[in-house]
Amino acid sequence: MLAKRIIPCLDVRNGEVVKGVQFRNHEVIGAIEPLAERYAQAGADELVFYDITASSDARVVDKSWVERIARLIDIPFTVAGGISSIAHAQEILAMGADKISINSPALRDPNLINTLVEEFGQQCIVIGIDSFYNAETNAYEVYQFTGDETRTQKTAWQTRDWLREVIARGAGEIVLNCMNQDGVRKGYDIDQLKMLRADCPVPLIASGGAGSIEHFEQVFEQADVDGALAASVFHKGMIEIKALKQSLQRAGIAIRPV
Amino acid sequence: MTQQNLVIVDTACANLSSVRFAFERLGVIPEVTADAARIAAADRVILPGVGTAQAAMRNLQRLELVETLQNLQQPVLGICLGMQLLTDWSAEGEVNCLGVIPAKTVRLQAGELPLPHMGWNTVTAIGDNPLLRNMDAEAWFYFVHSFAVAKDDSTIAQCDYGQEFAAMIRHKNYFGAQFHPERSGNAGAQLLKNFLELTDADTRA
Repeated sequence: MLAKRIIPCLDVRNGEVVKGVQFRNHEVIGAIEPLAERYAQAGADELVFYDITASSDARVVDKSWVERIARLIDIPFTVAGGISSIAHAQEILAMGADKISINSPALRDPNLINTLVEEFGQQCIVIGIDSFYNAETNAYEVYQFTGDETRTQKTAWQTRDWLREVIARGAGEIVLNCMNQDGVRKGYDIDQLKMLRADCPVPLIASGGAGSIEHFEQVFEQADVDGALAASVFHKGMIEIKALKQSLQRAGIAIRPV
Repeated sequence: MTQQNLVIVDTACANLSSVRFAFERLGVIPEVTADAARIAAADRVILPGVGTAQAAMRNLQRLELVETLQNLQQPVLGICLGMQLLTDWSAEGEVNCLGVIPAKTVRLQAGELPLPHMGWNTVTAIGDNPLLRNMDAEAWFYFVHSFAVAKDDSTIAQCDYGQEFAAMIRHKNYFGAQFHPERSGNAGAQLLKNFLELTDADTRA
């Protein structure tokens, strides 16, 4: 049976792992390689590295760490951040990343998704969506350039429409970052994920809000996502992956045992 | 491990580096080449692949490697799309493949489940599978694919995702794995080690 995936996310800036609260005020957590290796050994099913500065700086930063990670770990990993051309994507994949995740550049040029899928195949093209719940309008809105708070801006897209658009263009997997929940550890946005699951025939990964083991259990049981991504609870040692997986297994959720 | 000449066919595809690194972690330095003579002279050959069958076959034709790959006598392991290329035919682009394992590649019928089939799933050996030696009867491997080889006589391991399909296939010296051993933790490393340790007896069956 296909296992639900536990995915630690490492936000990378200037070659270090950082973490902010609601996408802002980033603090340094540590070096990339030891953290990546520790998570792989602890039983993480996959890792995501977000180079959070790249898109908002309109440049591709030094990505030599990608190859160091690919040599080191034996589980799949995704690289996100500022990948806006075939050449960028080719470089990252050639260094050994299994998937690339596109966010702001896809909003700027949706055709980029088709181009990347044609060139590298659907299986390695992930689309990240930063979705903000606007309580005033009762709507989910897509944001871009969330790596830099001074440049973060709302787009014209509602989340469900953008989801349908990227799937029609061939996206192989969706990571939905629920911005209201990010870093506050109050639980995943079950309502939103449940609603979007119905519109998502490709794997759907929940992101933003994990604070306890129960939150993971809820998101798998209630929103039927394929994977759950989290950062601070792992970086700060609040949840051990082994204990998390044992609890989920006891709850009857399909998990790859550690 | 005895030093041997391991060649990874340079299909210029995306997972080539991870396959190379996985062998390097086992202490074996593979040669990555698209040179027909080098491939034919290797002790063991790996055919990696991601992307579409049509594009990959076109690429092998352009590199003039089709005949070379069809006539190898040493152990060969096709990984993911590389496995599908070993079959007779793929529904992905309706293209003739290398035809060294009598099997067909079709679209995975997963019903309501998301596609691609992406993530860790269990693999169960069918009959004698020398590549799954020294590991749990139900081992976990990492998959990413939307097309799959239908179960038939060449199937030596199966997986279930909406339907049962061939997780591994084999004919004579040609072996294929639908999943990615290079990204499948300890089980994947053990499989690659088993491939390096295949004996003549293993490849005659």
